[in-house]
Amino acid sequence: MACSSGTCQSGCYKEEYSVNDENKTQKLVKANCEGSNGVSARGGVANGHGLCIKCKVNETIAATHPDVTGRGGGDSLRFCTDCFRSNLFGKFKFAVTSNGMITPSDNVLVAFSGGTSSRVALQFVHEMQFRAQKNFDASRDRSLPVFGVGVAYIDESTVLSNDSDRAIDEMNLIVSSLAPPAKHFHVVPTENIYSVDSTARRDRLSELLNAVSDTTGKEDLLVQLRMLALQKIALENGYTKLVLGTCTSRIACHVLEATVKGQGFSLAADIQYVDARWETPVVLPLRDCLTEELKMLCSLDSLKSVEAFQQPRSGINGLISSFVNILREENPSRESTIVRTAGKLTPFCFNRIPEVGNDNSHLASQRRQKKYNLKPNESLPPKSFCLVCNSPLKKPDDTNLDEFYNGKTSAQIYMVACSSCQYQILPKEPSSLEFFYSRLPQSMTALAKDNLNNQKLLRNQIQDCLLSDSDDGT
Amino acid sequence: MMAGEGSAAKPRGGRLCTICNGRRAALKRPKTLEQICRECFYEVFEDEIHRVIVDNHLFKRGERVAIGASGGKDSTVLAYVLSELNNRHDYGLDLFLLSVDEGITGYRDDSLETVKRNEIQYGLPLKVVSYKELYGWTMDEIVKLIGLKNNCTFCGVFRRQALDRGATLLKVDKLVTGHNADDIAETVLLNILRGDIARLSRCTSITTGEDGPIPRCKPFKYTYEKEIVIYPYLNMLFTYAYFKKLDYFSTECIYSPNAYRGFAREFIKDLERIRPRAILDIIQSGEDFRISTFTKMPEQGNCERCGYISSQKWCKACVLLEGLNRGLPKMGIGRTRVLDNERDKDTRQTNGTKSIESKQCGTLDF
Repeated sequence: MACSSGTCQSGCYKEEYSVNDENKTQKLVKANCEGSNGVSARGGVANGHGLCIKCKVNETIAATHPDVTGRGGGDSLRFCTDCFRSNLFGKFKFAVTSNGMITPSDNVLVAFSGGTSSRVALQFVHEMQFRAQKNFDASRDRSLPVFGVGVAYIDESTVLSNDSDRAIDEMNLIVSSLAPPAKHFHVVPTENIYSVDSTARRDRLSELLNAVSDTTGKEDLLVQLRMLALQKIALENGYTKLVLGTCTSRIACHVLEATVKGQGFSLAADIQYVDARWETPVVLPLRDCLTEELKMLCSLDSLKSVEAFQQPRSGINGLISSFVNILREENPSRESTIVRTAGKLTPFCFNRIPEVGNDNSHLASQRRQKKYNLKPNESLPPKSFCLVCNSPLKKPDDTNLDEFYNGKTSAQIYMVACSSCQYQILPKEPSSLEFFYSRLPQSMTALAKDNLNNQKLLRNQIQDCLLSDSDDGT
Repeated sequence: MMAGEGSAAKPRGGRLCTICNGRRAALKRPKTLEQICRECFYEVFEDEIHRVIVDNHLFKRGERVAIGASGGKDSTVLAYVLSELNNRHDYGLDLFLLSVDEGITGYRDDSLETVKRNEIQYGLPLKVVSYKELYGWTMDEIVKLIGLKNNCTFCGVFRRQALDRGATLLKVDKLVTGHNADDIAETVLLNILRGDIARLSRCTSITTGEDGPIPRCKPFKYTYEKEIVIYPYLNMLFTYAYFKKLDYFSTECIYSPNAYRGFAREFIKDLERIRPRAILDIIQSGEDFRISTFTKMPEQGNCERCGYISSQKWCKACVLLEGLNRGLPKMGIGRTRVLDNERDKDTRQTNGTKSIESKQCGTLDF
């Protein structure tokens, strides 16, 4: 199951982690030969001898760490600690290299919530950077620079009204322990998305969220605001990539969430390795790792996570995550199947790292990149995106354009939102809708304006016979 | 406006119907949660189905249409509504009832009685095709031979073909089935859970098999199961003086009691409870998924033995039948052939002890 995605390269990374002492290995080899083993290397079948199915030398995790057994979707019965770790890191590394997620010239921002997934993402990015640094120090010409890493935590204490000081202290410790190279830790409150003074920010944020009555809608809006906050940090501090710890299990939930919310069209945009809809491209290097695997790694390597503020999901999202939990118990590979199915949907043109012209300065780095998955994507860019969730809209509703130009602001807002956001986020009543719109951060509304202008341009091109009925005087 | 609402709420605490604003609201419509009266419920219920039929050009004037009738609620309501709409809007259709007799004592014989009563009530000619006459075996006999494991494989494969054969005998142009919105939403989810992208791409189409001999369509594609249940219930109590009640049969198949409850169905019911529109949203998603059109489809040929459409030398029913007749009932079950896998997947799922599917085996809605 774990290696089914063809990304299993664990052998290649084995030395990195190998901590065996020779004696133990030899002893085990001997033991292995004595017990004629006809153990099938498939499925989660318990290995009678408790040996790793990969190296066939070390004992499985279940044997060495009885306390973590039951996690990792059967991995604990199949792999030894080293093979498990290198297999997991292999999946990460393969996702990074085959999609060109991180290049030596990059400055990477890792979004860290304190949870296990983003903890592992941070750990793996750190390990990659650490090795790059070692190579850099050892190489003579120093042609490959080492990519930079920063860490960001979005403090949602204003929204969730809790106290996050202790958690932030703990996270600070975690980040500072991951050095060298040193990483800057940005702690930014959600309300930072507004460019007004700090008390006004809080008010705006709570007014915005209070305008949303649907529980699920509020939760989804908050996720969107978190992304805006991260993007702002990236933009202001010169980061070129944003790494999220989104894992297979989370994506599986998202697939069902989007399906249930009627977002079948835009779903493919959200679940790829790369999402360059944003100013700073978002990358998901843990897309092929299950949450159980990540949890197991954290407990094996005592990676500390700060779970204090992991909110249980609510509404539709809550229902779906408990459904996925049931599915996982029934069949541990179900989450991977869901993600694989959704992975067959056609992605959008922004689902890959944009080519940055012919910049010859890093020829060496380009040479070293293995870009397997970067086949040119012929699909046309979507014409417009949802004002709230930034998902590509199926089609700008041309029939309503007249209504749009002559209509009220509220009607205009509705036109640049997807049907899901119209239903679960936007207030129905025109005056509260306009109030809601006025409380959106500028970064959102600016995008919407671009959208509208594009539509205007388009309309002008097609229908130049129309009198210019714009009344905004711009 | 405020005053108006106040006075509306006064009489005996009952609210007025949000559609006609005249009569007292009698129910909360499951699909929209609007409070409406019975009369308006019938009207919107039937009108929606009429719109679906018209907007999707499901029928042409003069066509002969068979309604797959199991005696269950979906197909019974479908038969009633379709004959009503056919008269009211003058579709000009010749309607027939088509039932399959699997030969399950204590289950199908009873439900067939219901269909026979429907035949008289609605004045629609009924055709019953039985496994016994088509294949020489009843389900009772098959179960006696192979036991309760895998019997749904036989039943499912045989029924699909039996319906087509019955439709051919009736010389109809189309076959309609009682699949409702809940069924389709469930199918969308199941195909995602199973990884079946080919089925995912076509499970939401309202008409299928247009390249085959007899296209099938689902006029209840957007109709909520709850409303199908409410519809005859209200009928029983009120209105339509000439019409006593919709008579339908509701017992699960005696050979697959476990298949009835599945996670997926329960999940959909849970979603509906929080957000009724979720069912329609799932169907919408199913229609909107960006699936590249050249997913390879199995090449369609004809069975060398019986002539039925088949991607293999022999159709699945003939393979299973050959096994039965030769006393090798395992034949055709399991992963024996590469191309059979896909079809087997369905049936294996249904037979699992921990089924994630829910649709009761033995209804004609598949």
